[in-house]
Amino acid sequence: MLKWLVAVIILVAAIVGLSVGLGGGKGAAVSVVGSTSIQPFAEMLAQEFEKSHPGQYVEVQGGGSTAGIQAAANDIAEIGMCSRALKVEECGLFTPVVIAQDGLAVVVHPSNKVDGVSLEQVRKIFAGDLVNWRQVGGEDRPIRLITREEGSGTREAFTKLVMHKARISRKALTQESNGAVKELVKHDPCAVGYMSLGLVQGELKSLAVDGVPPTTAAVTSGQYPLVRPFLFVTTGPPSERAQAFIDYVLSPEAQALLEKEGLVRAK
Amino acid sequence: MRPWRSIAAWWTNFRASPREVRKERCIGGALMLTALSAISGLALITAFIFKEGVPIITKVGLGDFILSSNWYPLEGEFGILPMIAGSIAVTLGAMVIGVVFGLACAVLLTQFVRPGIVAIMKPSIELLAGIPSVVYGFIGVVILVPFIRDYLGGPGLSVLAASVVLGVMVLPTVTSISIDALQAVPRSFREGSIALGATEWQTTHGVVLKAARSGIVAAVILGMGRAVGETMAVIMVAGNTIDIPHSLLDPVRTLTSNIALEMGYSAGDHRKALFATGVVLFVIIMILNTIALTVSRRRAGKAQSR
Amino acid sequence: MRIPPRLTQQIAVTGMWILAAGTLGILVFIIAYVLANGLPHVTWGFLTESPQSMGRAGGILPMIVGTAWVTGLAVLIAGPIGVATAIYLTEYTREGRMTSIIRFGADCLAGIPSIIFGLFGFVFFAITLGMGLSVLSGALTLALMVLPTIIRTSEEAIRAVPRSYRDVSYGLGSTRWQMVTRVVLRSALPGIGTGIVLSIGRSISETAALMLTAGSALGLPHTIFDSSRTLALHFYIMSREGISMPNAFATASVLIIAILAINLAAYWLMQRFVAKVA
Repeated sequence: MLKWLVAVIILVAAIVGLSVGLGGGKGAAVSVVGSTSIQPFAEMLAQEFEKSHPGQYVEVQGGGSTAGIQAAANDIAEIGMCSRALKVEECGLFTPVVIAQDGLAVVVHPSNKVDGVSLEQVRKIFAGDLVNWRQVGGEDRPIRLITREEGSGTREAFTKLVMHKARISRKALTQESNGAVKELVKHDPCAVGYMSLGLVQGELKSLAVDGVPPTTAAVTSGQYPLVRPFLFVTTGPPSERAQAFIDYVLSPEAQALLEKEGLVRAK
Repeated sequence: MRPWRSIAAWWTNFRASPREVRKERCIGGALMLTALSAISGLALITAFIFKEGVPIITKVGLGDFILSSNWYPLEGEFGILPMIAGSIAVTLGAMVIGVVFGLACAVLLTQFVRPGIVAIMKPSIELLAGIPSVVYGFIGVVILVPFIRDYLGGPGLSVLAASVVLGVMVLPTVTSISIDALQAVPRSFREGSIALGATEWQTTHGVVLKAARSGIVAAVILGMGRAVGETMAVIMVAGNTIDIPHSLLDPVRTLTSNIALEMGYSAGDHRKALFATGVVLFVIIMILNTIALTVSRRRAGKAQSR
Repeated sequence: MRIPPRLTQQIAVTGMWILAAGTLGILVFIIAYVLANGLPHVTWGFLTESPQSMGRAGGILPMIVGTAWVTGLAVLIAGPIGVATAIYLTEYTREGRMTSIIRFGADCLAGIPSIIFGLFGFVFFAITLGMGLSVLSGALTLALMVLPTIIRTSEEAIRAVPRSYRDVSYGLGSTRWQMVTRVVLRSALPGIGTGIVLSIGRSISETAALMLTAGSALGLPHTIFDSSRTLALHFYIMSREGISMPNAFATASVLIIAILAINLAAYWLMQRFVAKVA
């Protein structure tokens, strides 16, 4: 009993000591942290990468764009994923690589009669000025807003592209990922939300904005007004293994995979 | 130099004592140091949460932080009044359900049923506490929320949904602590009352419940602590609106969901403000804990004096 | 009109039975609902494969491994500390300021919400100590969370060992430490085991604290410095994002079965302990 206890205590002490000693000793994998919008695509790319590059591992985490940038800055992650343009004060600190372009879709329940709205109307809807679908040519139903949480890259991109100085109504329901927004809109006939176009996948109705329906072609040609970049950011030059993953992501085969999933190629 | 001298004296004493005694002393010392890890953990948690959170509270001002309802963290406005109101609303709702059901189970199990049934029901109720909170949240989303949306109106994600889910989650806590309190009531109380001709129910609510009152209060307060602190289930069913709720069908955001929703996405002052939200939550929990501890300690004191 | 006391009693008891039946009904419903929707999708492949495309296809092997690592490590850390604390409280000191400080610490720790543990683990283990989002950060955070449970159950178990055992041991000339390790702990072992098993249950169910400390990486962890997603968090992400409902239900079924097994084990250990000491 005594020996057993001592052995366990030594083991634990060794583990704790080791971990503190190594101070941020990283595992075997390249860690990629950030935007939950990019996460599913990065997960997919990571799996493909591991298949074609045996012995190399990529670890993808969510957390959000800002978290990704922070993680890269604090060396918690080697690559940060960011689903919005870098802010002015961030530009000097990071090296961004555009891995794809993504449209922001304004999504509603498939039963909603409204097909399109103007950018101005989107702004008014999300500011809480328009409160009934009748006001934009739909049925007599209240409008239920669904937004993303503060700090989300999708929210920041949406705010920048749509809201300008106006604020998103505080009555909006807040969900912490594209998937959660999608689930809510899918089940609520009154709901309207915004999310990554690549993730809509036909289960929801995406509204045309200013007469342009959100299609890959419209995003590529720049006609669709709500477009944002997907970025990989690093501080300084990336390590060899991180560079290998970035190179893979920019390769034609990976870009084709992204395009198949509904994103638009990085130029 | 008195402390120095006493240490020296202790050392001489220690050296002089037999080997076995020295070994015992070393073991005792090592055990004591280990035993301090819980309190050191608590101290570390307190220190780090406050270190991260307090600067932003002082910067914004405590009054503005907890009394303003403007939460625009990216624009430097940090007011968590809606989240405080949300936590209170959801907790009160949960306690109505948790206390009614929990107390009924506790009274029934201690006063009215055969031990054979107790042996089945008690572990079952404890099992409710073991089910992961995400499962509760999920059941809430797929069953409760659509029900509320379709039959009662509103978005479904609401104070009501959160209260029901949390109520079920705190029920086992309320039940098991109440059972302990009810079982601690001396048999003689009950027997005396029955001998005087009272029915079992009259005995229960006139004598036993009264005698166990402080323990039940402790149970309710600890249950409240659970409800205030629950995170994942609440995020899933509460709707997370930054608005003070006006009805049971309005969505709300609680202190915990504010942290969990935005934590991953935050930086700079925003992150600090989330830690500050944690500070407020921490203070609320510590107040509840202290009340529960004092109440149950008083009960222990009373029991001893009997 | 006065209602006769017998009738009042009947009404009250009936009311309580309804509430209690409702409570058990909720339990049975949750378990049945999850298992009915999930069990058909739990196949051998599901348990032994890695997830494909975010969990839309494939299995949950990395999450099972991650959960086992995090939980095992947490209990390995908290177990010895908790038992040592209980030994100190029961055998090595008298009730006094020291014991009340230690108990206060444990009681308060028990009441702290998991999200606060998560915040702490994130700044302290992940950032300040530089462990990053990893199995180790998660396990250390969880260890703090389950420590009070282990202390409390071990203390109760040790206290339940009859006085006479100790007297006999002393009578045979053993030292306090020999008495503790060879007599008291041996008798209290099933009781201590109950606490440890319950802590494993709590660790498996935990989500909020691990989300902030162990991260949510999908792959198999290769070292304890890698991030790993646990089963509960995987279920949360799967159902929340609507990635694949069948797989979410199947994951939940695995979780529920694990929880049921753990509670049964705890119950069985407790019965054994009661039989042994009584």
